[in-house]
Parts: sequence; C-alpha cells; structure tokens
Amino acid sequence: MTAVPDQGTPTWAKAPSPKPRDLAPTHPTNGLFIGGEFVDPADGGSFTTVEPATGERLAEVALATTPDVDRAVKAARRAFRRWSSRPAAERGRYLFRIARIIQERSRELAVLESIDNGKPIRETRDVDLPLVAAHFFHHAGWADKLAWAGLGPNPRPLGVAGQIIPWNFPLLMLSWKIAPALACGNTVVLKPAETTPLTALAFAEICQQADLPAGVVNIVTGAGDTGRALVEHPGVDKIAFTGSTEVGKAIARAVAGTAKKLTLELGGKAANVVFDDAPVDEAVEGIVNGIFFNQGHVCCAGSRLLVQESVHDPVVARLQRRLGTLRLGDPLDKNTDIGAVNSAEQLERITELVAAGEAEGAVPWQPDCRLPERGWWHAPTIFTGVAQSHRVAREEIFGPVLSVLTFRTPDEAVAKANNTTYGLSAGVWTEKGSRILWMAERLRAGVVWANTFNRFDPASPFGGYKESGFGREGGRQGLASYLDAGAVG
Amino acid sequence: MVRRPAARPVRGGERLEVRKTYKLYVGGAFPRSESGRSYEVLDGRGRLLANAARASRKDARDAVVAARKAGPAWSGATAYNRGQVLYRVAEVLEGRADQFAAEVATAEGLTAARARRAVEATVDRWVWYAGWADKFAQVGGSANPVAGPYFNFSVPEPTGVVAVLAPQGSSLLGLCSVLAPVMVGGNSCVVVASEARPLPAVTLAEVLATSDVPGGTVNVLTGRTAELAPVLADHLDVNGLDLTGVAGDAALAADLEARAAENTKRLHRAPGAEPDWTAAPDGPHRILTWCETKTVWHPVGT
Repeated sequence: MTAVPDQGTPTWAKAPSPKPRDLAPTHPTNGLFIGGEFVDPADGGSFTTVEPATGERLAEVALATTPDVDRAVKAARRAFRRWSSRPAAERGRYLFRIARIIQERSRELAVLESIDNGKPIRETRDVDLPLVAAHFFHHAGWADKLAWAGLGPNPRPLGVAGQIIPWNFPLLMLSWKIAPALACGNTVVLKPAETTPLTALAFAEICQQADLPAGVVNIVTGAGDTGRALVEHPGVDKIAFTGSTEVGKAIARAVAGTAKKLTLELGGKAANVVFDDAPVDEAVEGIVNGIFFNQGHVCCAGSRLLVQESVHDPVVARLQRRLGTLRLGDPLDKNTDIGAVNSAEQLERITELVAAGEAEGAVPWQPDCRLPERGWWHAPTIFTGVAQSHRVAREEIFGPVLSVLTFRTPDEAVAKANNTTYGLSAGVWTEKGSRILWMAERLRAGVVWANTFNRFDPASPFGGYKESGFGREGGRQGLASYLDAGAVG
Repeated sequence: MVRRPAARPVRGGERLEVRKTYKLYVGGAFPRSESGRSYEVLDGRGRLLANAARASRKDARDAVVAARKAGPAWSGATAYNRGQVLYRVAEVLEGRADQFAAEVATAEGLTAARARRAVEATVDRWVWYAGWADKFAQVGGSANPVAGPYFNFSVPEPTGVVAVLAPQGSSLLGLCSVLAPVMVGGNSCVVVASEARPLPAVTLAEVLATSDVPGGTVNVLTGRTAELAPVLADHLDVNGLDLTGVAGDAALAADLEARAAENTKRLHRAPGAEPDWTAAPDGPHRILTWCETKTVWHPVGT
C-alpha cells in the first residue's frame, strides 16, 4: 500500500515544464498580406515586435502606410464582387476549412501567441485557440442560412470591412472579426495590434493553405497611423473596432457624416457582485478568473469587486490565500497562471494607476511574489477600502489589479455596479435564483455572468452598453453587424 | 413673410372662439419655455396659426432629466402593459381624429381627405407598434446553445433616453412613426417636433398625457431644430439620437454625429430625404435600433 501523501502543508514547489519554443518558428521578417500574397510595404518601413516575457526582439514586421492600406482596400474591393456573389455554401466551405486548419495547427498558434503576447500557454492552449476554431466553425454554418437569421428578408453584405483589433486576445479578436464578416459575404482588411502581429500573419498563411480566394482577407500591420488610414479610406464600407473607449470615440467622429457602418467594442469596468449567501470558494475562483485571467488585460474583466459588507472580511481573506497560490512567470510553462504584461507602455499605465490608488487612500495588497528580472511583469494586486470616487474604481486599468468595494442592500449593489460610464459586463454571485434574475435585469451591461465569469462562446452575443460601445459579436445578433438587412427610413 | 389678414370683428350672436396656447410637454406637464420665447407658426399659405414655445437649451436639459427620471416606470412596466398603453394612444387619437385632421391639413397644406388619411394611418401605426410590445423580444432575443454546461440567453433591453429629431415634413404620421418604436422598446425620449409644423406634436402630447403614458416618458419640445439638436447630441445623459428630422441636411447631420460620439450614442442616421411614411414599416428594425442586447450566463448543475 502506498502512503497517502501529506496534503496538509502545501509547498507549491514544482519542476518547470515549458513548451518548446520551436513549435512556433517566428519568421525574422514579415510582409503585409494583400491580394492573397505577402508583399513588401510601399516605403519599406518596418517595426519590431518583442517578447514581453524577456523584452527581446522577436521579429521585424512591415509597417503599412497609406498607400499600402489603399492597395489592401482595393484588393478587398476587387475580391468582394466574386466573393459576395459566390454560392453562399461555398463561402461556408472555406470557413470550415479554415476552422480545421486552425485546429490542426493549434499548438503552434498557441505557442506563437504566448510568445508574442506574454499570456500563459495554459490560456492560449485551453481558451484562445479552441474559441478561435469554434468561431470559424460556428460562422461557417451561417453562410448559407442568413435569410433565416430573422434580420430581414433579403440580407446583403456591406462590402469591404475595415477591422482593427487589440493586443489582449490577438487571434481570438481576429476570429470574432473575420469569421462573421466572411460568412456574411464581406471582404476584409484587418489591422492587428502593433505589439501582437504575429498570429495574424500566421492566419494569413492559413488563408493560403485553405486556398481562400485572393483579396478576401487582407492584413496590414502597423500602429495608430495605419489604423487611421484604414478608418478614413473612402473605399471602406464598414469599420469594426475593438479597443479603448478613447480611440473608439475618435473613430466614431471620423466616420460621422459618411455612409460607413460602425460597430465598437470598447472598454469596461465590470462589477463582480458577491452576496452574503454566495458559495464562497466558487465565488473566489470566479473573482480570480474575473480579474487575473490574461493578466487582467480583458475589456470585460471583473475589476470592481462589490462584496456584501457582512462577508467582506472572509471573502478578502480567502481571496488573499488563493492569490498566494498563483504562479507568475514563464508564459510557456504550462503551470503558469499569470504571464507577462504585454508591453512596457501598458506596465507603465498599470503602475501609474496603482500608485494613484495608493495616493488616494485605498489599501494595496500583493502576495509574496518574485517577479522575473527581464521582461514586463506586474504582481496580482488587491485594493481594499476603495471608494467609488477613486481612480482605481473608475478607470479601466487593464491589468491584474482588483478594487474591492462593499454594499449592504441589493439596491445599493445595483446603484454602485451601474455607477460607471462603461457597461460591458457584470457578475453576480448568490445562491438565490430570483435575486440572480432581479440583478441581471438591472445591471446595465451587455453580458451578465451569474455564478460564473469570463465565459465566451461563438453562439453567445458579446458587446456593450453605454460607453462600452455598440453592436454585438457572436450569435445571430452578431450577424447584424455585417449585413444590410434591407432597412429603410 | 407672415400674411396678416385684417382683423375680422365678431358679428352679433357669433361665439368668440377660445384659442389654444401651444406649449411644451415636459415631465408630464405643459410648461412654456423657461426662456419665455415663442415663434410664429404659419399654415401652408403663410398665415399665422399660433405662437409656439421656442424651447431653449435649458428646456432641452430639463426634458432629458424628466426622461431619465421616467425611465424606471416605463421600462419596468410589463411588455403587455406597454402594448395596452400604446393601444390606448391609438384609441384616444382616433377619438380626436377630426381635430388632428384639421391640424394636419393646415400644418401641411393638405386637402381634408388626404389629412384624414394621414390621421388614419397614424392610428393604424400605433396599433401596429402596440402589437409589437410583447413580441419583439422574442424576435430579437435568443436562447444560445453554448458549448458547455451553461444556460445562456439574450434579450433586447431599452437603450435608455433617446433624443428624437422628428421629421420636418410629416407632422403627425412621420412623428408617430419614429416615436412609437422608441416607446415600444421601453425607452423614454425627448422629441424635437417639426420646426415649421409643430402644432400636431403638441396636440399629440395631450393624447399621450391622457393615455396612461407615465409623465416624462415622452417629452415634446418645439423650437429651432438647429438650436436644440446640438444640445441633445452633446448631452451625456442621452443614449441614442434619431436624426430623421435633419434628412437632407448632410452638414448638420455630420456635425451631430460627431458630437454624439462623445458618449457613443446609438444613432439612427439621417436619410437623404424624408421617407414616405405611408409605406409599411420595416419590421421591428426601428424598435431594435433602440435596444441593447443583454446576454446572461448561468451554470447548469445540481
């Protein structure tokens, strides 16, 4: 008989088990993907993408300027006529093919994403990549069923979609944009974020492997100026943007008075509301998943914990104990819970807001956690004693920082949860069914997670209320973002 | 130029008519403009019909406050109840059809027969939208088959406070065609009536006030569209902006859209020209324009 191992005193010692990096070879240089092939940028410019976990250079990537964007939009326009008039089932076939190739190459893509973004391999492998494949698979099936989507009797594609995505879920955001656009018969020009362009370029290769007709998907890499050129290009019929509220508003101003359709998925400051009857262990897991998933680089992160006053102390104590078990470090190690912050710039923003929280009188707490010497890292942080007026309770931090506030009554919880200009998501933790539905009705947010948090699915519409943007991604409702359903007047 | 016919003395035995004062409709009451301003409203042939209140920036802001305050009562009413209230609007409007026909005829310069048809179409439109009240959520919502042990559903909910620039041409049918869908979804609103033809809108407010529409759900402003629209487009407690009333004025529409970006207002863009309001509405499209999709997840387990 073997001895039962002593589980009383966890040591949390472990052997490192990193994924081999060579699963995902990075090309030293990467061109733009226009008209079905990789091309050099017009003025030969480039920028460097670095590995957040080490700060080391990963690859040189072409910098697209206005002439390149123009070339990409023209390629998309040329491809649009044939793509939109093809039998819809054929469009679906291509998307099914793409879904399968993503599944085949998922380990390589997961490693590449972890290297370029800094997020743990456990997340890219178990969350990002399965969802990316699912998004293409789900929308593939829609392509020849749009007339039955209930959006109107004769849904038509919009034309060329300009799509701009952020760095927090690079390939997943690409799939949320490209899969519905293509299923609905549009062609796209997509700009990935400047700090995470590599998986988008790998996706371009996948389009080639799938024999997707040239020009249906075009990818232009670059920073804000490239995005601006895309937004302002007169040949674009639709802009879909995911990113900061500030840039989203600038885009809305830029398309004012044009015929361009617009959907925006912007920032958030979600409340995660924990009632005194909530199952505490599950709630604590949900809180941790809500704010420390992906280093808190999540627009729908549960960054404000609203906990009922009577259970504040035990919930915070258990939360602190749980945080002590989180492992921060090498993103390619499958035991890692918290990876690297995506960029020096983002780390600076997190650090600045944490300092502001301290200066305004909130009380910070961090687990004993050694940060690696190279790269960009931020220890998981909890602020208690937070007032609604504090910056850490109002501004999107986009980092592993949780602000804890309290409430006494359900009405107060609703008032505090809704006291924000954002409205992307919210969480509720209680065992009482009627209270869940009561809360879900009153929370002004596009997604409400009850007794769970940060769940995503291609069949589930996602998007914001208020200044978190408008339009939905996913599900039947998400198709409306890429179709003209015959609206008049 | 206002044509001012010579004053006609009342003959012996003839009754001196009691004229109506056309005021604003804010928070369920009929105030004058706080500014004390008014402007002359003329009929199709340029003759004076009445002095309408010329709403100010403060009136617009007061109207937004009233609309926000009314939000919980109207959005919290059951869909069945909202449907009945909108049907009641149709009933009361039908009962005052003669008055509306006369007002529409003078406002728009229509023949009595055409004005009558416009009023009938208006009543029918309220009935049509009343019927949507407890159905659009089924059409616009869904139960979502997610890949996991979760119950997941999506429902349309009201956007909040919507500012509506009513059509300039069709003073009653056009107005109700843009107003009813905002109300069906549970939104409250601030309506800027047709600038040159505002009187039917004020009379409609009397209908709303007597149809169990909670005060503040609909607020009607009369005045200069170009003066009031930017105030509402800038207002950070307005969630949506219907630009139908600036159809054909691309420059003003573009300016208002840019202002609306400051708090990502939902927009119904200005059409190139005023639509033909006698045409059948485009399904529940306008209702869902003023709705947000909320998606709720809950685990399934024992």
